Amino acid sequence: MDLSAINPVLLISSLMIAATPILLAALGELVVEKSGVLNLGVEGMMIVGAICGFAIAVQTGSPVLGFGGAALAGALLSLLFAFPTQILLANQVASGLALTLFGLGLSALIGKNFDGLIPPATDKLHVPVLADIPVLGPILFQHDPMVYFTLTLTAVIWAVLKYSRAGLIIRAVGENHDAAHALGYKVVRIRILAIMFGGACAGLGGAYLSLIRVPIWTEGMTAGAGWIALAIVVFGGWRPWRVLIGAYIFGGVTVLQFNLQVAGIALPVQYLAMSPYVITIVVLVIISASKSRAGGPPAALGKIFHASH
Amino acid sequence: MFRLEKRPVPSKAWIIATPVLAVIATMIAGGIMFALLGKDPVEAIRIIFWDPLFSEQFASYSRPQLLVKAGPLILIAIGLSFGFRAGIWNIGAEGQYIIGALFGAGVGLAFYPSQSIFIFPLMIIAGAFGGWIWAMIPAILRTRFNTNEILVSLLLVYVAEHIMAAMSLGLMRNPEGHGFPGSRNFQQYETAFNAELIAGSGMHWGVVAAFIAVIFAYITMSRHILGYQITLAGQAPRAAKFSGVSPNRLIVFCLGISGLLAGLAGLFEVAGPAGQITTSFNQGYGFTAIIVAFLGRLNPVGILLAGLLMALTYIGGDLAQLMMGLPAPAIQAFQGMLLFFLLAMDVLSNFRIRLKKQGAA
Repeated sequence: MDLSAINPVLLISSLMIAATPILLAALGELVVEKSGVLNLGVEGMMIVGAICGFAIAVQTGSPVLGFGGAALAGALLSLLFAFPTQILLANQVASGLALTLFGLGLSALIGKNFDGLIPPATDKLHVPVLADIPVLGPILFQHDPMVYFTLTLTAVIWAVLKYSRAGLIIRAVGENHDAAHALGYKVVRIRILAIMFGGACAGLGGAYLSLIRVPIWTEGMTAGAGWIALAIVVFGGWRPWRVLIGAYIFGGVTVLQFNLQVAGIALPVQYLAMSPYVITIVVLVIISASKSRAGGPPAALGKIFHASH
Repeated sequence: MFRLEKRPVPSKAWIIATPVLAVIATMIAGGIMFALLGKDPVEAIRIIFWDPLFSEQFASYSRPQLLVKAGPLILIAIGLSFGFRAGIWNIGAEGQYIIGALFGAGVGLAFYPSQSIFIFPLMIIAGAFGGWIWAMIPAILRTRFNTNEILVSLLLVYVAEHIMAAMSLGLMRNPEGHGFPGSRNFQQYETAFNAELIAGSGMHWGVVAAFIAVIFAYITMSRHILGYQITLAGQAPRAAKFSGVSPNRLIVFCLGISGLLAGLAGLFEVAGPAGQITTSFNQGYGFTAIIVAFLGRLNPVGILLAGLLMALTYIGGDLAQLMMGLPAPAIQAFQGMLLFFLLAMDVLSNFRIRLKKQGAA
């Protein structure tokens, strides 16, 4: 094994790339869960976003249109979850699973014609002056625009949830939908909007995988990224900055195990490849075992809202 | 607009009618999807639902396949239905299925090439144990550390898939396989082979086990205190707690039984129809079984019927692929749609729909 082949600067900079799709999906799900809805369909929305973004980018030659299309596709697909759970009061766990199963099938169906194609490249930003700083430059200032968009999104979601009136309403609906309803807030409408926002973010995350991270379309390419995003929301205690940290830790593990594979560690590749999942489980256990009540789930999470009058 | 009024008790008639309606709605929506793909929708539906059973050309091949495919689906879905009733969500049956197959196949391969009637029963025990132990991971983490069992059980599927890949490339690789990945094939190892019991029927020990599981689940659910406690815990968790039902015991039981049955399904599959451990041994039965469990209304007899119907869509899907070039994922999307329609239509069994008077609201 040759550890010197691992370049720490490259490692950290690729960590940010690896974390971005999961961070995007997790941020969307964070808002959904803050409004009191548990959508287990993240994996399905991500993979549909991945193929729609890929297909549109290949057809039009524009990655920007690809990302836009992926967000739209994710939001539209999330309506398949929103309608049964919010209007018809169906079980959220089961409906989320249905969304994932359907999304995996649908994406494979659309993707049939896109095997082996190469998407148009997304240009990297080269922030003037800053990008030329040694070490810090390559780590922080030479990424594609989506990395910075995601970081900005984290800050925006944090600020909106914490300081704005809209954020207060979302949190109120998620903590106690009956009280929010009594105050005159449209619980169902707010939740549907949150679900669509979550779908758009998951779609973007998926498109990031197929357009930038990999970049190619393969069936089932999300490989559990949506589920890890769900775990990271729990890990982050429903707080945006901690979700960011969680995603970066996960990104670090992914990149590190890949680097160890390349460096030729004396362990079958499969055991390294499973490590991100194992570590996610371990982290979940540690978080749930520590009894700090500071970062608990929203009180109405997963509960069905039925206005009796 | 309309308004929903909660029924005091779910409507019995609608509980039976909704799966039928959902299947019809799926056929219509699926037909539209097939038409968008440029295939004749009527013909596609006929090939999927009718030809495997009644076409003179294919029925002799497809009919036995019905039991081969339905066996694992029913076995897994029966196990899942216990937990789903109690609000305990094991969605990692696919992983338990894989580990069950690995344990069972491991025992069988360890005895190769000796002949004994005890080897196959031992493999069955090992398979059940493998599935059970894999399900115990989320169960113990949930009861000890309050870790979400949905996420853990699902993430363990990916872990199991990687273990399976490692096994078929390493420890379990066929030493006479010229370096190709994959274990020895049980078809060439008679003592350990899960053969067809009645020629041409598709009936193997896994199907027998599925039928036994249906009967066992029916008795537990309708006649045993445990079934009552499971239902109570699902519908009124607080009432269950006051009446002395231990939530932790229910979690361990429900995850345990679903893991055990999924492990059995994996063992019967690897020792029979699949024949060997390969890198792509699992076919998503563990996920499709979730649809089967809901389509069967979490009721053992319902699951039996739902499993047969879902097996039909698999076989019919293959046939449609062969006959009219319907892409394979179309059938996966079709199955996913079915679950959506089913969940959406549940509103009819739990609520009355009343028209809102204009201006009154």
